[in-house]
Amino acid sequence: MAIAKREFDAVVVGAGGSGLRAALQLAEANLRVAVLSKVFPTRSHTVAAQGGVSASLGNDEQDNWHWHMFDTVKGSDYLGDQDAIEFMCRKAGEVVYELEHFGMPFDRLESGKIYQRPFGGHTSNYGERPVKRACAAADRTGHAMLHTLYQRNLRARTQFFVEWLALDLIRDAEGDVIGVVALEMETGEVMILQARATLLATGGAGRIFASSTNAFINTGDGLGMVARAGLPLQDMEFYQFHPTGVYGAGVLITEGVRGEGGFLLNKNGERFMERYAPTVKDLASRDVVSRAMATEIKEGRGCGKDGDYILLKLDHLGPEIITKRLPGIREIAIRFANVDPVKEPIPVVPTAHYMMGGIPANYHGQVVVPDGRGGERVIKGLYAAGECACVSVHGANRLGCNSLLDLLVFGKSAGERIVEDLKGGLAHKKLAKDAGEATMARLARLDSATSGESVAEIGAELRRTMQLHCGVFRFPDSLAEGVKKILDIAERARRTFIRDKSSVFNTARIEALELDNLVETAVATMISAEARKESRGAHDRSDYPKRDDGNWMKHTLWYKEGNRLEYKPVKLKPLTVEAFEPKARVY
Amino acid sequence: MGEMDRVRWHCRRGLLELDLVLAAFVERHLERLDRRQLAILEELLDKPDNDLLDLVMGRAEPADPSLQPVLEMLRTG
Repeated sequence: MAIAKREFDAVVVGAGGSGLRAALQLAEANLRVAVLSKVFPTRSHTVAAQGGVSASLGNDEQDNWHWHMFDTVKGSDYLGDQDAIEFMCRKAGEVVYELEHFGMPFDRLESGKIYQRPFGGHTSNYGERPVKRACAAADRTGHAMLHTLYQRNLRARTQFFVEWLALDLIRDAEGDVIGVVALEMETGEVMILQARATLLATGGAGRIFASSTNAFINTGDGLGMVARAGLPLQDMEFYQFHPTGVYGAGVLITEGVRGEGGFLLNKNGERFMERYAPTVKDLASRDVVSRAMATEIKEGRGCGKDGDYILLKLDHLGPEIITKRLPGIREIAIRFANVDPVKEPIPVVPTAHYMMGGIPANYHGQVVVPDGRGGERVIKGLYAAGECACVSVHGANRLGCNSLLDLLVFGKSAGERIVEDLKGGLAHKKLAKDAGEATMARLARLDSATSGESVAEIGAELRRTMQLHCGVFRFPDSLAEGVKKILDIAERARRTFIRDKSSVFNTARIEALELDNLVETAVATMISAEARKESRGAHDRSDYPKRDDGNWMKHTLWYKEGNRLEYKPVKLKPLTVEAFEPKARVY
Repeated sequence: MGEMDRVRWHCRRGLLELDLVLAAFVERHLERLDRRQLAILEELLDKPDNDLLDLVMGRAEPADPSLQPVLEMLRTG
């Protein structure tokens, strides 16, 4: 059966910060743009970003993009590409002021300029002292950004396809990307959206972990599409964790709890941080605390029937301090952990927060792959921006407030590049007769299966496996076992089955299709992590505790076919300034 | 059935906290809601994520008191 088809100049998949910023660039250039989003645009996960957006505006004290660049390179543990990092830090002021002109309600100084506050890792004069670089709109920066960009897109008459799930990329015989196959949830119908340019802006994939701060929609849809299209995923082993998320829920418990005197306990009631960091104890840095928690769990001293969490005790602070100095914590614990912290400790666990890896792209947003001669070539027609892309500005670990900056800078640069490429003659190509057939076969299998594996069970097992074997601190035996387990889960996921075969808003079908994307992302993450025999940034191994620049200063590329790994060099040469040479990363 | 399924999908949010609250609500209450309650739920779901979370966590009260009955169900979980 022929699939219905529509043509656009550009299709943007995802309507979070980067998708909306790119779409705006395209719509204002009078191109015919379709933006697909599986949820209403202002319900994208960008809405959850609280901290702010970094830009060296120097509104309150001296600052410049070169210091910001240093902080970002150092934060990345020298795995970030320095050309892209220079590009981003230099563009920061421009994109923030643009957003201000679009109506973003930034907090202000008395002078009327944008207020800036200090944030972890932001320094002046190359690490000398903290600097005020974060621009924020109260604690709703992401929310305000998303609403501002959405309004602006409405004005520019961007065409939205809301509650459409993109399923697969379409590549022609030459390997160029010529559009996507997508499912309209309301009707259950499948359509080909043919485009001269396709931009993936589908966000992160935190739902591969049992404990994640990410919303349920963060299932790595763009990553799954790319993997199935035969293209690689880059640096997937690097995932940023937060030490204290509520066990079983993922909601963050602020580090302020430990700052006010709360501390961590294992199942024996031991305050174990005294062993790992005798002086600072529970106030040690994030990675030290996370590593200690993971070690306690791994060595059988975790709490609960599965021994897989740690307790955060704060009842000794008394109700007055808890209510006064830690507002909201009691409500969060009661609501999401089912305990009243005034009386009982909160079960917590290191919790996945941000994906540094993703779809390999350059700083123009073009998706790139190795050309086989030591260089890179562009995949014509395909672009990626935001958390789903690996540009790579975050390298092995992301600096705070650089995620919102990434959305703005690379959303815009991808949009600009698409406009240029379309002017330069990137034209519609012929759609093959069998375009979309692989996707239709995937759907047909799901719809005709009368028995098989449960989507919910496979999903839960995938998340447990990733958390246990590929969490914040990684052990060689556990990683090796994790590879076996995740490949087994991937195999079982090929036989999923859903009872509900209806067409209209069939959430069971949507979740089965999301699981396909989670599987690709999880396999890529586990295999890339098992292979990297060093510790760098967020990738922390017990058997290789040090960074190894001699052997591992390189980006990982994972391919779905045969689970093959390849490596490519880090771009150590910035655009105009001298390179920052690798140093030990101490704060 | 279609309406119920649509609402179920509208419970997918940008904030994890809302996903958790709404998923529990869907499991416990959705199938038993009458038409009026369903309409109120949809009105609540139309709100921006952070505003809805403030309502659910009791940090704000709705301007429209007619939303209260379903909001109370969300608050008590």
